[in-house]
Amino acid sequence: MGEVKLHGTWPSAFSYRVIWSLKLKGVPYEYIEDLSNKSSLLLQLNPVHKKIPVLVHDGKPICESLIILEYIEEIWPHNPLLPTDPYERALARFWLKFAEEKCPAMWIAYRTSGEEQEKALKDTLEMLRAIEEHGLVGKKYFGGEKIGMVDIAFGQIAQWLGVIEEIVGVKLLEPQTFPRLHTWIKNFKEVPVIKENLPDRDEMLVVYKRLRERLLTSP
Amino acid sequence: MGEVKVIGASLSIICCRIEWALKLKGVQYEYIQEDLRNKSPILLQCNPVHKKVPVLVHNEKPVAESLVILEYIDETWKENPLLPKDPFEKSTARFWARFVDEKFIPSAWAACCAQEHEQEKAVESAQELLGILDKLIEGKKFFGGETIGFLDLVVGSLPNWLKFMEELSGIKLFDAEKFPSFHEWATKFVEIPIIQEHIPMPEDLINYVNTAGLAKTILGSAAMANKK
Repeated sequence: MGEVKLHGTWPSAFSYRVIWSLKLKGVPYEYIEDLSNKSSLLLQLNPVHKKIPVLVHDGKPICESLIILEYIEEIWPHNPLLPTDPYERALARFWLKFAEEKCPAMWIAYRTSGEEQEKALKDTLEMLRAIEEHGLVGKKYFGGEKIGMVDIAFGQIAQWLGVIEEIVGVKLLEPQTFPRLHTWIKNFKEVPVIKENLPDRDEMLVVYKRLRERLLTSP
Repeated sequence: MGEVKVIGASLSIICCRIEWALKLKGVQYEYIQEDLRNKSPILLQCNPVHKKVPVLVHNEKPVAESLVILEYIDETWKENPLLPKDPFEKSTARFWARFVDEKFIPSAWAACCAQEHEQEKAVESAQELLGILDKLIEGKKFFGGETIGFLDLVVGSLPNWLKFMEELSGIKLFDAEKFPSFHEWATKFVEIPIIQEHIPMPEDLINYVNTAGLAKTILGSAAMANKK
């Protein structure tokens, strides 16, 4: 099915989305850690956004993690991550768009302070509330009985949000306020492919703490 | 194929994407005009998360988010396909649609609403992105190739919108000389009958904004002060 390479950075949540999808479908790939974030190879593969992850399949680059996931789904349709019914797919894509639009708030909360951080924390809470109220009602996973693309898209809530909460010193995802999300996180992290491919929390804390200090002190 | 309704707002530069897609595929639909300052119970029921237009309701099942709706329409009604069949080309079309919605439109807004000291840089950024679109359409009849495609529908209302924003803010982003390929595509696209029937015209947008006293709300006080 052609040569597959994934350019990513550890411990990027966006890289992990692609790793999880490839592993769930049993697609062999070569992982290339992008060490300097602006390597000339990356600029060649993703000249518009200059960001990881980039999937290169048979020499052709695909950028943007959720676009990559849709591409993977089409090329390797076994163990489907999207429903086959067009309406159910549209509902899944609605949540994918939601994840894309709203998840950045938690990262803004992570790398800012003061008023900007306050707003980002508020936005993150609103995002969690919408998911709790509308996204997980009566479902074990967003994908139903098995995990799907939407679960993968929200994966950053399962592991990365906790790290951000600890670093900024604010607890957002309280179990009593978000019982469905809490259960989902537990179930998500027990899926074998996810369990075996989660970055270590303590190691993440070290990296993200250091990065945050640098971001907040730079001019 | 079932009952189809579109909940939209006639001057919305996003809602027209949906009408174009349905018309191109010969799908009959009922249009429900929404007053965005006084949202109807139907809209709030159909899109409880965002409470926004457009919403497509097919056999009483609502679909929200314009790009999601376009993909749903393409998968449900197969004539005149909008997205390419080839997965790599499909990814490319999705990439550029996202670029328009997430990078270009916000950048153009920012340039038109910028305070004086930030204006030059903001305009430069927006024009750089417009340059990318210009390069993308260079030598092609449509963004979709020989026929109208997904990206044409996504970009379609932008030339008129940019003219409207120029009229409103005094900031000219869409310079025909700087972006000749984009200008050529825009001129031809707006003449296609199906497109022409459902495209917000700059003068209608201006009339609406002036009548409703919305200029300050849209631009912000700082930008209003800069308007020549």
